[in-house]
Amino acid sequence: MKEFKVIEVKRSIFEDNAADAARLRETLREQKTFLLNLMSSPGAGKTSTLKRTISMLKEEMRIGVMEADIDSDVDAQSILETGAKAIQIHTGGMCHLDADMTRQGLLEFGTEDLDLVVLENVGNLVCPAEFDTGACKNVMILSVPEGHDKPLKYPLMFSVCDVVLINKTDVLPYFDFDMEKCREYIQKRNPKAKVIPISAKTGEGFYQWTDWLRRETADWTKEH
Amino acid sequence: MHELGVVFHVIKTVEEVAKENRITEIEAVTLQLGEVSGVVESYLQNCWKWSVEKKSQILKDSTLLVEQIPAVTYCEDCEKTYPTVEHGKICPFCGSGHTYLKQGNEFLIKEISGC
Repeated sequence: MKEFKVIEVKRSIFEDNAADAARLRETLREQKTFLLNLMSSPGAGKTSTLKRTISMLKEEMRIGVMEADIDSDVDAQSILETGAKAIQIHTGGMCHLDADMTRQGLLEFGTEDLDLVVLENVGNLVCPAEFDTGACKNVMILSVPEGHDKPLKYPLMFSVCDVVLINKTDVLPYFDFDMEKCREYIQKRNPKAKVIPISAKTGEGFYQWTDWLRRETADWTKEH
Repeated sequence: MHELGVVFHVIKTVEEVAKENRITEIEAVTLQLGEVSGVVESYLQNCWKWSVEKKSQILKDSTLLVEQIPAVTYCEDCEKTYPTVEHGKICPFCGSGHTYLKQGNEFLIKEISGC
């Protein structure tokens, strides 16, 4: 007969990740790299938004993109064409990235010489919102065809974001998307969120968006 | 929703604890799971079974025990508590929306037993 002993652990999984994320942010601050976590549902336009963003900012800062996907490297290939540094991370079936996976990706990537790293999270409005990746700021893209009611359906995602980009404004005439209602629903969940309507196709709203990104990156990477 | 990732995390933590306590064989791991933690117990059990068989020598014959923690919401206006799953964000006593979750989103490793 084996003698079993019981050991009390009392550790929270979510808190472990939160503490790990805070440590990663410390490291990023020391190394003066601004990490942006970009989230959306599949097809909202993360990659095309990034491509236009990179083309506007690449002369003034060093940019890298980490593409997290369940499989394939089509997004990373597409980013490499812009001239930015890119790496593909496969989550191996997982629906989100946590702080530890983000750290491993950053190590592999080599981020010391980069000012801005964008983490393109797995296309999903549920799980990525629950796990702090260690990023300095969170941004999500909601696209016009998805509908203005999404902040009601995925409240957590909208409540963790610093900026909500509303993409594909060029197709607004063809959809019953109510921009004012959408803003109101977002404000109700998260009064601090900045809402910027954009079109990755026409470039609408990109000055406002890149201004925000430029300012946040400069703030994070300046001497403390 | 993300049971597999959570299971990997539990395995890692439990292996560390076992090592610190010089345990080489784990018989059972007890988790405490909030009712609105977003984790589904049956998926969790399946992910657990698959992961420990594949990935962990020390855990491969272990059982995963789950204790549920009921979700309770507190109303700031009438200072009463009520079951979250039934009533959501709106207080059933006074109709106020100034409420917050008191318990129910936990995901804790409570204890392990082994030798």
